[in-house]
Amino acid sequence: MSLMSFFNRRTSAPVARERLQILLAHERGIVGGKPDLVAQLREEILAVVRRHVMVEHQNVQVKMNRDADISTLEIEVEIPAPVGAR
Amino acid sequence: MAKVLVVTSGKGGVGKTTSSAALGAALAHGGDKVVVIDFDVGLRNLDLVMGAERRVVFDLINVVQGDAKLSQALIRDKRLENLSLLPASQTRDKDALTEEGVARVLSDLREKFDWIICDSPAGIERGATMAMRHADVAVVVTNPEVSSVRDSDRIIGLLDSKTEKAENGDRIEKHLLLTRYDPARAERGEMLKVDDVLEILSIPLIGIIPESEEVLRASNVGSPVTLNNPASAPGRAYFDAARRLKGETVELTIPSEKKGLLGKLFGRRAA
Repeated sequence: MSLMSFFNRRTSAPVARERLQILLAHERGIVGGKPDLVAQLREEILAVVRRHVMVEHQNVQVKMNRDADISTLEIEVEIPAPVGAR
Repeated sequence: MAKVLVVTSGKGGVGKTTSSAALGAALAHGGDKVVVIDFDVGLRNLDLVMGAERRVVFDLINVVQGDAKLSQALIRDKRLENLSLLPASQTRDKDALTEEGVARVLSDLREKFDWIICDSPAGIERGATMAMRHADVAVVVTNPEVSSVRDSDRIIGLLDSKTEKAENGDRIEKHLLLTRYDPARAERGEMLKVDDVLEILSIPLIGIIPESEEVLRASNVGSPVTLNNPASAPGRAYFDAARRLKGETVELTIPSEKKGLLGKLFGRRAA
């Protein structure tokens, strides 16, 4: 079992890299005095979704990927199952 | 006219003092006249790392406040005659460093040396901003680790806004020095790779110092790693970084894992 988990262990560096990219995108906005684009987008998108579905703050994930040519913004909103759906 | 270089990082314990001593010794070894200044008032350590702790009589604050002459406070290295140290005070209060006093000391030193290396204290407080204030060049020391990269980003922001050069509309020359790099762990995806850190911080790389026992061994005996063991991996990496600081083009290879037989077997299975 422990041997299997050793083989299947997810490498941690990509996680670190992603966390840093998101964090620094936020912080650079704050320090530079410019509007924080990612945070602002997150709030506004959340507000729109909330008009229709109640979504918890923690169920929203925003990812920003920067490549040489393009940047992509990935937003994942976890919508709760409707009450009594099952 | 001297170049003022600040060795800075934000986070503590990433190797600023080690790097200041190693780069200073490497530049002095190449024939330049170098002074390394400890700006960490209260927590001085550069004297210890350079093996001059028992020779400190006067310090930076004594000079700034006019209690001692610059020539009295400068400690000449016993191994390299064109390497000097200006130690920090251990006892006095941090606010004793005045901006005008530091500016005066640096301008006096500029006439005597080719390089003035300012070893910054950690953090973003007064001491750190004082150390970077008059710099022409900055070496940002970073470990491949999240907290270190974040703090370096913050420091780069300060270098671009709070230095004299930045305030005059100039750009301060910034370089990244990646320390404690372990190629084996990076290859296994357990440590941020060089490219990751470079992409996130986007300042040019001046060197990669591999994680090595030599660094501790050198500081144990109070000798910059570039003097204690110039042929060691970190020693060579610092020498290369010093040459790049002087504007030479030195090929930079990202250290890769050197595997023994056991390592090969083990590495392949773990991958």
